[in-house]
Amino acid sequence: MIRFDDVSFTYTEAAGPTLHRVTLAIPEGELCVVVGETGSGKSTLLRAINGLVPHFSGGVLAGTVTVDGRTTKENRPRDLADVVGFVGQNPLASFVTETVEDELAYTMENLGVPADAMRRRVEDAIDLLGLQDLRDRSLRALSGGQQQRVAIGAVLTASPRILVLDEPTSALDPAAAEEVLGTLARLVHDLGLTVVMAEHRLERVVPFADRIVLVPGGGAPLVEGSPEVIMRSSSVAPPLVELGRLVGWDPLPLSVRDARRRATSLRERLAPLTPPSPRVAPGAPTAANEMAATRKLVVAYGRVIALDGVDLSFSRGEVLVLMGRNGSGKSTLLSTLSGARQPTRGTVVVDGRDPRSFRPAELIRHVGLVPQDPGLLLYGESVHAECRTSDKVSDLDDGSTAHTLERILPGVPGDRHPRDLSEGQRLALALAIVLAPAPALLLLDEPTRGLDYPSKDRLIEVLRELAGDGHAVALASHDVELAARVGDRAVVLADGQVIADGPARQVVCHSPVFAPQVAKVLAPEEWLTVDEVRRALDGALPA
Amino acid sequence: MTRAAAPRRRSLHPVAWWLWAAGLAICAMRTNNPFLLALIGAVACFVVSVCRTNAPWSRSIAFFLRVGVLVIAIRVVIEILFGQRGVPGHVLFNLPRVPLPSWAMAVSIGGAVTLESILNAAVEGLQIAVILLCFGAANSLASPYRLLRSLPAVLYETGVAVTVALAFTPELVLSISVVRQARRQRGIPVTGLRGLRGVAVPVLESALDRSLQLATSMDARGYGRRVSLGQGSRRLASGATTGGLLLVAVGLYGVIDSGSLFGLGLPILAVAAVMCGVGLAVGGRRSARSRYRPDPWRRPEWVVVGSGLVALGAMAVAHALNVPGLTVSFSPLAFPSIPLLPVVGILVAAVPAIAAPRAISPSTRGGIADPAAGPPTAQSSDAPQASSDLSGAPA
Repeated sequence: MIRFDDVSFTYTEAAGPTLHRVTLAIPEGELCVVVGETGSGKSTLLRAINGLVPHFSGGVLAGTVTVDGRTTKENRPRDLADVVGFVGQNPLASFVTETVEDELAYTMENLGVPADAMRRRVEDAIDLLGLQDLRDRSLRALSGGQQQRVAIGAVLTASPRILVLDEPTSALDPAAAEEVLGTLARLVHDLGLTVVMAEHRLERVVPFADRIVLVPGGGAPLVEGSPEVIMRSSSVAPPLVELGRLVGWDPLPLSVRDARRRATSLRERLAPLTPPSPRVAPGAPTAANEMAATRKLVVAYGRVIALDGVDLSFSRGEVLVLMGRNGSGKSTLLSTLSGARQPTRGTVVVDGRDPRSFRPAELIRHVGLVPQDPGLLLYGESVHAECRTSDKVSDLDDGSTAHTLERILPGVPGDRHPRDLSEGQRLALALAIVLAPAPALLLLDEPTRGLDYPSKDRLIEVLRELAGDGHAVALASHDVELAARVGDRAVVLADGQVIADGPARQVVCHSPVFAPQVAKVLAPEEWLTVDEVRRALDGALPA
Repeated sequence: MTRAAAPRRRSLHPVAWWLWAAGLAICAMRTNNPFLLALIGAVACFVVSVCRTNAPWSRSIAFFLRVGVLVIAIRVVIEILFGQRGVPGHVLFNLPRVPLPSWAMAVSIGGAVTLESILNAAVEGLQIAVILLCFGAANSLASPYRLLRSLPAVLYETGVAVTVALAFTPELVLSISVVRQARRQRGIPVTGLRGLRGVAVPVLESALDRSLQLATSMDARGYGRRVSLGQGSRRLASGATTGGLLLVAVGLYGVIDSGSLFGLGLPILAVAAVMCGVGLAVGGRRSARSRYRPDPWRRPEWVVVGSGLVALGAMAVAHALNVPGLTVSFSPLAFPSIPLLPVVGILVAAVPAIAAPRAISPSTRGGIADPAAGPPTAQSSDAPQASSDLSGAPA
C-alpha cells in the first residue's frame, strides 16, 4: 500500500539528512505505529507519505514514495487526497470551515463526490465517531478530544485507503484517547484501512499496533517489525514492556490483560513487601510550608463555570499532579494561580500575596507557568537569544538557562529558530526558560506533549530536584505514567470541582482511568512504577 | 406556519436575506421622508430581532445602529459649522463667523444656524443611517459563511480565502491578549515600544504559522484539484469573462449618463451579464467540486424576497404616480405628509418575521453560549478548549 524505495530527505540548510536511505513497505490493512525520540524525523516520515514532504516543506527528496501505485513525485498532496487522509498534530489549526458538519463534508466537496453520497458518508462518519450531538456546533467551541474526532472524521468521509495521523492522542485525556484509538482500531478491522501514526505514549498505542517502525533519528536506518519483536530491544518502551523485561516474561506482554494473566506469581512475590511511602506526607499542610492556596475559588467565563469552589493548598517540597478530563478546569486553575486570570469569587494567595499584584520581574521569582502551547513563551530569533534574554531578565549568571536546557534535553541546536524546533524541543526550551529562575511555585500545563521517554525522565529528575529544594510544583497532565512517577499528591478535577485529593498512590490506584499500567497489572497492590518494583525485588526496600 | 413546509429546522438562504435587505435599502434611497425612513429602519430592526440567531455575526446590527446615530450626528454638526448661509428661516442661534479669503467664497464657517437647515441635514443623515441599517440587518441575519458557499464554482477559491480571513481576524485579536499574558509570565514588561514589538512578533509569527498549517491541511484535503479543460473551453471562459466585464463598464456608463448612448445602457448591461454568466459557468467546470447540502430555495425564500420587492414596487409606483411626500423639504418649514402606498409596502417587508423559518444557531449551540443545551454525555462538561490559548479560556 505504501512503499518507500531508498528514500532520503534533507531539509534546506540542514546539516545532514533527516531520512537516510529509507526502504519500507506497509501492506494494506495494517495499523502501523511510528516511534522514535523527540525530533528524530517521525513527522517527516509521515508527511512524506502524502507528499507534504517535499511539496510543502521544501528540501530535497531522493528515491520514490509510492502510495497505492501513485508516486508523490508526480502527484501533489491534493491529488492524493482521495487515497491518503492526513490528520496533523493540531486539529484546530487544520479546520477550514466553521461547523462540524461542513468540516466533515469539506474534503468530499473538493473531490467532487455527488451530493447524495456525500450526505450518506457524513451521516456514517457522525455515527462512527459519535458526533451526533455536535453536528451544528462551531469547531472552535469543541473540546480537544472532540476536535480530534472531528479531524479524523473529516478525512474519513473521503473514504481514503490510508489514514496518517501525527500524535492523535497527545492532547487527550486517557478516556478520550482510548476512544480515539478504539475508533482507529475498528476502522482497521472493519474497513481494512491502513493506518500510520506517530505516537510518543507507547503505553496507549502498542496494544493496537500490528507493526512498529522505530525511527532512531540522525539518519540511522529504520527498524521495523511486529510489536513483540521491536519491544524486546527498543530504547523507547512502555512501562508494561519494561516490567516484562524486568521479570523476564517471554513473549513480552503488550496489553494489561496479557500482563495480568502472567503476573500472578509476581503479585505473590510482592505481596509481603510494602510500596514505598510517600516522600512527604501530604494532606495536612502546615502554615509554615504552605506556598500557595486557593479559597472557595470560582472562575467563570460568561455563563460557563470553569472552577466551582476550589479549596487547595500547595506546599513547599511537594509535587502536585492535577488530573481530570479535557475541559475540567485544570488549565484555568493554573492560569489563575499564575495571576493571569481574575477569580470571579474567592481568593488566590501565592507567597502571602495576590499573584495579580506582582510586577512582571517579581512574578518570575514567585510563579512560573509553562503554558500548553510552549511556543507562546518564545519569540527570540534563536535558541541562544532566548536563553540570553531569560538570563538577563531574571538576573541569572550567563548561561544558566542554556545549562538548564542542556539538562532537560541535550543537543538542542542553539542557532536554530525556536519555530523550527520540533514540538518536544520547543517544550524543553520553554521549560528551561521558566525553570531557570527557580520560581517558588512552578506550574506546568501538559508538560509532556511530544516528549519522548528519555526527555520525560530528565524532566522528572529536574522537577524532583526543585521539589527537594523546597519549591512547590503543580502540573496538569493527562499522562498517567508521568503522574505516577513524579507526583506526591494527586488532585482530580471534574466540572470545576475537586473530586479527589490525596497521596498520588491512593488516588491513581483507585481510579480505573488514571491508574498507570503497573498499578493495573499489580492491583490490588499499590505499586506505581517499574522502578519501585525493581527496587523491591532487589531487596532495597524493607519487607 | 412555514415550519411544516420545511421539515428540518433550517436557516433561510442567505441570498434571500440580502435581496430583501437590498429592496429595503433601495426604498430608503428613493425617499427622504423621515417618517418613511424611520419606518424602514423599524421594520429592519424588528425582523432582525425576531429572526436572528445567537451567532457572533448576529450582533452586528447593534454596531450598525451606533454607526447610524454617529452619521446623523456628524451630518448635523457639519451643517452647524459649515452649512450654507443666506437661506431664510427660523434662526436658532448665531455662531461667530470666521472670515475666509475671497477665493474660499464657497465655504463658510459659522454664522446664523436655522432650524430648517438642521432638520434637512438630520434627514439626510437619517437616510444614510437607514441604508446602513439595512445592510446591518442582512449582515446579522445571513451567515457570511453560508453566503460564501453560494458563490459560483469559479469564485469558490476566492470565497475560501475570504472565509479563512473571516475566521482568522477574531483569533488574532484573542492571541494578542494570550501573548501579552505569556510575556508577563516571562517577567518581561508588556508596555512601551519594546513591549509592543515583543507582542507583535509572536502574534504575527503564530498567525503565519497557522496559515501555513492551514494551507497544508487544505492541500492535503484536496483543495485546488483541477479537471483539465480543453483549450477551447479555457479561451471561451476567459474571453467571455473579460468581454463581459468590459461591457459592464460601458453599460454602467450608459445607464448613469443616459444622454450619451441613446438608452443603450440597459441592453448592454444585459449582454454583459449573459457573457459573464457564460464565463463563470464554463470556468466553473474546471473545478470538480460538488456542494454539500446546498441551501435550498423554497417558499419561505420566495416570500422573503417577495416582501422586499413589494416594498420596492410600492415605492416605484408611488414615484411614477408622483404621490406627494416622497421627497420632502423643510424649507419652508412644514410638516411632511405621509403617503399611504409606500407605508403599506414597507409594512409588507416585515412579513419575514413570521414567514422565515426559525434559524438554528450554527455557532455555539451547546458550547460557550449555552452549556445547558449540550448533550448529557461525558463531554457535556467540556469547556471549549483553544489549544493556542495560554490560559484555557474559551475563544
